Amino acid sequence: MAHIEHSGGYRIYAVTWFWLLVITLVELAIVLLHVPKLVLATALIVMALLKAGLIVAYFMHLRYERLSFVYAVLVPMVFLAVVLWTGVFPDALNVLRLRR
Amino acid sequence: MTATHAMDHPATGDWSGGRSPFGVSWPKLMMWLFLVQDTLTFAALLTGYGVMRLSIGRWPAQAEVFNLYLVGAMTFILICSSATMAVAVAAARRGEGARVSRFLLLTALGGVLFLAGQYIEWSHLIHEGGRLFTNPWGIPQFTATFFITTGFHGAHVSVGVIYLLITLLRWRRGRIQPESVEIAGLYWHFVDLVWVFIFTLLYLI
Repeated sequence: MAHIEHSGGYRIYAVTWFWLLVITLVELAIVLLHVPKLVLATALIVMALLKAGLIVAYFMHLRYERLSFVYAVLVPMVFLAVVLWTGVFPDALNVLRLRR
Repeated sequence: MTATHAMDHPATGDWSGGRSPFGVSWPKLMMWLFLVQDTLTFAALLTGYGVMRLSIGRWPAQAEVFNLYLVGAMTFILICSSATMAVAVAAARRGEGARVSRFLLLTALGGVLFLAGQYIEWSHLIHEGGRLFTNPWGIPQFTATFFITTGFHGAHVSVGVIYLLITLLRWRRGRIQPESVEIAGLYWHFVDLVWVFIFTLLYLI
């Protein structure tokens, strides 16, 4: 990946590192505050996805790979998330209802 | 017009296929393939955890069971080690040999520190009476999902430290190309990536 070598060297890793730390601190802070459980869970998942995006895009260089490869990696992940959530979580809630 | 014709002219577009349709080398593609399948493993573990927790309806307050400062420190260490790994990979590409060795060593050290944190955490939990299928916090699935998921991740970190040290030795002896450092880096960043989700789902939510 010749074009990364020309684009500012190590700085991008320092920036990525900085934002990962900032998001982690916000995550810890929001847990210590008393926010409603659903808001907390949503905010934490959004922040986890942000961190994951930063790691995959910049640390793992996926942003600089060929687009066909980026899609080959990411598309299964989206399907995985959708299938797991839609397939499994309604069942979990049903079990909860039956227990009560 | 035919396939052989296409081979004669290397493709340049993102979707034009060619000799290397993904534009990555074989070893790198195989590491990515492994990481995609390893994602499925961790997704299954975390989904199983989510289903248990949702269907039970109550769960021990993690802030009272875990030391969130320790977990925060472990997270900090892992993020730092991911950053040092990224520097090692970039240094390998630029041919800055000494820097590669130094940052690979720092990364491995981060991994060891993380494992030390996990050792403290696990021994504390076990000392309190937490076992794989029983615990004093009332919900057996709590420690079952915790030990299995973090244990799986810890095993990945342990393998990663060994992998990093082997990469370091081979780099110093001039046996490997910069790309091998990059591939080791992909594995290491993935370990950090998985921790992002474990940290969020097991400790924070």
